[in-house]
Amino acid sequence: MHPIRKKRLTIVLFLVAGLAIAVGLTTYALRQNINLFYDPSEIAAGNVPVDVRIRAGGMVEEGSVIRDPESLKVEFRVTDFSASVPMEYVGILPDLFAEGQGIVAMGRMDASGRFIADQVLAKHDEQYMPPEVADALERASKGQHKAADAQKAAESTAY
Amino acid sequence: MYPELGQLALIIALLLAVLLSVVPLAGALTGRDSLQAFARPLSTGMFVFTALSFAVLTHAFMVDDFSVAYVANNSNSMLPWYYKFSAVWGGHEGSLLLWILMLAGWTLAVAVFSRKLPSVMVSQVLSVLGMICVGFFLFIVITSNPFERILPNIPADGRDLNPLLQDIGLILHPPMLYMGYVGFSVAFAFAIAALINGKLDAAWARWSRPWTTVAWSFLTIGIALGSWWAYYELGWGGWWFWDPVENASLLPWLSGTALMHSLAVTEKRGVFKSWTVLLAIVTFSLSLLGAFLVRSGVLTSVHSFAADPERGSFLLALLGITVVASLVLYAFRAPVVHVRARYDSLSREIFLLLNNVLLVAATLLVAIGTLYPLVLDYLNMGKLSIGEPFFNATFSPLAVAAGLLLGAGIFSRWKKTDGGWLARKLLWPLAVSVVATTAVMLIYGSFAPWAFAGVFAAVWITVATAWDLWDKSSSRRGRLHGLKRQSRSYYGMVSGHLGLAMVIAGATVVSNYGIERDVRMVPGDSVMVGDYQVVFKSIGDRRGANFTAEYGSFDVFLDGKHVSELHPEKRHYPVGMSVMTEADIDGGLFRDVFIAIGERITDDAWAIRLQYKPLVRWLWLGSLVMAIGGFLAISDKRYRIRAHSEAKVASAGNEEDVVGGKPAEAGT
Repeated sequence: MHPIRKKRLTIVLFLVAGLAIAVGLTTYALRQNINLFYDPSEIAAGNVPVDVRIRAGGMVEEGSVIRDPESLKVEFRVTDFSASVPMEYVGILPDLFAEGQGIVAMGRMDASGRFIADQVLAKHDEQYMPPEVADALERASKGQHKAADAQKAAESTAY
Repeated sequence: MYPELGQLALIIALLLAVLLSVVPLAGALTGRDSLQAFARPLSTGMFVFTALSFAVLTHAFMVDDFSVAYVANNSNSMLPWYYKFSAVWGGHEGSLLLWILMLAGWTLAVAVFSRKLPSVMVSQVLSVLGMICVGFFLFIVITSNPFERILPNIPADGRDLNPLLQDIGLILHPPMLYMGYVGFSVAFAFAIAALINGKLDAAWARWSRPWTTVAWSFLTIGIALGSWWAYYELGWGGWWFWDPVENASLLPWLSGTALMHSLAVTEKRGVFKSWTVLLAIVTFSLSLLGAFLVRSGVLTSVHSFAADPERGSFLLALLGITVVASLVLYAFRAPVVHVRARYDSLSREIFLLLNNVLLVAATLLVAIGTLYPLVLDYLNMGKLSIGEPFFNATFSPLAVAAGLLLGAGIFSRWKKTDGGWLARKLLWPLAVSVVATTAVMLIYGSFAPWAFAGVFAAVWITVATAWDLWDKSSSRRGRLHGLKRQSRSYYGMVSGHLGLAMVIAGATVVSNYGIERDVRMVPGDSVMVGDYQVVFKSIGDRRGANFTAEYGSFDVFLDGKHVSELHPEKRHYPVGMSVMTEADIDGGLFRDVFIAIGERITDDAWAIRLQYKPLVRWLWLGSLVMAIGGFLAISDKRYRIRAHSEAKVASAGNEEDVVGGKPAEAGT
């Protein structure tokens, strides 16, 4: 083969190899690390797999926050005003966590229907509403859960 | 009165930018010197009027002119003067003005420091920069006027600067970051000018190399400052969150790093030209993508500014035009370029090619992880998030691989490297690195595969770099003479690589051996974090300039000896009704002890976060060392000498000697 063509071929092969590695790693890692978002109505309806890491969010229900005086355990309920889910978290909550505040949590559902959070996010601005939560509230008020559920189910089977 | 002058200055600058983007380019294309001569005065004028506008906005902050909406939203009369100053870029409009000021500044710098370049080239480069300026001037004038007034109901006081941003980190972080982002536009302009000319030669690579390196150095410092700021100011001791906005700054950094290395090959050996040009285009486009992500409101994070769909579409259009126009130009012009230089399948060229493959792969990974959720959301296909595990699992192997490759690549020669020779050369460094890495594992007392891989990569880079320096500096006239003989650009490379090793070491050690404990404490309690004993002494109230705080007092002991007293705070800012956690840190070269106060659990019990962070400072020190490397490299005298007497001048340093004469400069 002509040396220049050979050179080009090596370059192209290198690039293809690099791309293949990137794509391979990416799909592998994506499969394990995508966290779908569910709102309280979907969770209450029982559409959420148990013991799979998901994100859940809504408004912290007024008067629902109970702190364990002996440890860092906190229990609270998160609502979209049509259903609510009990959550449990051990650790330090963000500064802006408060009753009536929109939050998003990462964690897993346990068998008894409690959401065990390992991370709670409340954003840096007290006027800020997480977009997922805003959507969830809107959906709840319009009563569109059926369609949304079907869509979610379709997505979760895709991965 | 003043704010209107600022607005007027901006509009004048816009008009000058329009002229700059047309007149010198027309001069270059028609060969008229009289038109090309306009390039420098127009650049200067544009900068002067932008600076004037920036000064007016700064003045409005300093005198608390709350009739200006932007000032009223981002400042407060109680703010100390230095925060009033940094509040100028604390919001969308002002930070955009800073961005534009820097863009005009870079344009001026090109005009000033390129006196020895051919006039045609300078005219084209400045015109391309002028076009970019036009885009951003239009953006600020149409969608984001920082001088808008609130009349007639002028607020009595401002809504205050977000307390998160009241910090030295914020004074420095955005300017550094923007210097980097915007600086890549110069490399882009050089690339586009070369495409227009059809002259993609080694001279072109040499001209754009220092600009790329400077931009990269600033970006490195900017990213490191952001990480450092997040570490102590966001309160919880993380240093990188894979937040989409952080990723937005990492993307141009990664491709910019690839560009720097690829430019080196293009300059020295005259190959990879089309690839280098493509990287320059990609890097600048990624900078624009970053601007779009941060300013369009598609993301929500500390960085994102108030959402406004108009702004988003404008930036997306700007990005689209840039990408499409430059790729079309590339498609028509790049194939014109021919390559004549030869290199073997084991050579420095190939090592640098692999470096580029890895960096581009990393860029792709980060881009996919960042954009995939956004695209799905936009297409209404569901909301999902891609978190740290994804990035850690994919990015770390690439980083380690790049490190291993780097160590071997340092010894490689241009054109042809003998495989057996290279293997023998690597044997001792390899042995030293294995021993040193094992020693580090023993010091930290536990073994983990990834910890070993990361530390090994760092040690390997360090040993190989030092070994190479030792080899190169041997001289019959003594070691010192040999060291002096090395060029600044060689020391720049050494420093850049050692900095990278520090960052890898810091990241690996702090992720694997750091300790984090969230505990419930009442005053008098004592808790162990690693080897450190932390005693909660008391908690009281404190009053600051514009906040009140709960003020904790902790003693830290190591082996019964008092190490330090720390005072973390929980601050309440009444104006914005916000709460801030101010961590307190006992910093050291080899470890940080970090304490932050969480919420109150009962009357006297508090949630407290305690952390032991080994080598965490190496992340930022290493970045600084990398950036210093960049600045060292561009201070190399060959960039000054070579500018007028092309190519032939033999520069000091072995890096050149290896090439063996004049680099093969392929004809076009």
